[in-house]
Amino acid sequence: MKSSRRQFLKKALAGGVVASLPLSAFRALSPAEVKASIGDDAVRWAFLVDTQKCVGCGLCVKACKLENEVPYDLPVTRTWVERYVETKDGKTHIDTPEGGRDGFTSPKIREEEIPAAEISKAFFVPKLCNQCENPPCVQVCPVGATYQTKDGVVLVDRTWCIGCGYCIMACPYGVRFFHPVHKTAEKCTFCYHRISQGLKSACVQACPFEARQMGNLKDHNDPVTQIIMTQRVSILKSEYGTKPQVYYIGLDEIVR
Amino acid sequence: MKNHAWRPLIVVIGAIALLLSARAMVVPSDFGVNGKNFTYGFHRKGSIDDWKAFKVKYRGKEYCKECHEEKVTENLGSPHKAIECENCHGPAIDHPDNPAKLTVDKARELCLRCHAGLPYPQSQRSELPAIDPQGHNPDQACVECHNPHHPNLEAM
Repeated sequence: MKSSRRQFLKKALAGGVVASLPLSAFRALSPAEVKASIGDDAVRWAFLVDTQKCVGCGLCVKACKLENEVPYDLPVTRTWVERYVETKDGKTHIDTPEGGRDGFTSPKIREEEIPAAEISKAFFVPKLCNQCENPPCVQVCPVGATYQTKDGVVLVDRTWCIGCGYCIMACPYGVRFFHPVHKTAEKCTFCYHRISQGLKSACVQACPFEARQMGNLKDHNDPVTQIIMTQRVSILKSEYGTKPQVYYIGLDEIVR
Repeated sequence: MKNHAWRPLIVVIGAIALLLSARAMVVPSDFGVNGKNFTYGFHRKGSIDDWKAFKVKYRGKEYCKECHEEKVTENLGSPHKAIECENCHGPAIDHPDNPAKLTVDKARELCLRCHAGLPYPQSQRSELPAIDPQGHNPDQACVECHNPHHPNLEAM
């Protein structure tokens, strides 16, 4: 076989490339490694809010802001409490002064006096990030700064976020905001630093009435999972298909 | 191939090489698909550890009990047993090292979070002992008469 210098160099180059392919490219994975790489984990965090138990004290909002270093006096918060008052004329009054940080101490809603006799129903609804199974905020991030962990919590990488604000607009629940100090997108982390070492989240711990609880959906003996599986719970804005993992007891049609 | 084809090609290859090497320097090595799929799991893996390393500030009643056992035990036998110490005393952080002293919130507004009467029968709020903030000793601090650790209306 005759070979020109050019052909010889070509073949030598190709051979060199093949020989330098790392052997790890063909490595067989153990079942545990496969499991780890496709994201099978023993934990899926879920939240349960019992609106029947909430009294609107706002201690959860205060605790969250102080625990997570959210500027206390600025109009931003990771979690908040809404007050819903429906009057007999069919009107709905909703407010959340300072996100409910200082509680609800006056029956006035937006300076409006609502006579007790006029109220047909009134209650409080705590809100926080729903840690969706299909988080739209993560889908729209152009740089990979926000992501879902294997245990189902959506986090923001502050060192990587460029502050474009797409995720803030994408969230149907309005739980994201721009952090005035870090200049990045900010959101509830389910207190990831606490739950990952066995503590309760700051809002769950601060709530004196057990209106807020957290559990592991993959553990069927978990009391919170038991409630979610066996009792009548609902989620917010199911029509968006985001599969929120914050479940509510006692939601009403007027809750948005 | 002729020279006039090679020369721009070298420029293009050079530009690509420059771009790739710049990318390798800027993008952290642990950046990649670390979650369930590309859509939701494309991120820097170290970010998870950054969040796990965040400082815990609310330590809970058990932590307070290590030194203030008497106060905690008194509180645990009272209607206020469900309330965390830190809800009124502020987050412990590393108390007593940092901060050495916790500030106690003795304001009326703190008590009124639960005890200001609101006419909401559908909420558990209406089951709590309630006052009218304007009518019930408006100029006095609640703690002047009531013991927040062990409130007892009968003994008053």
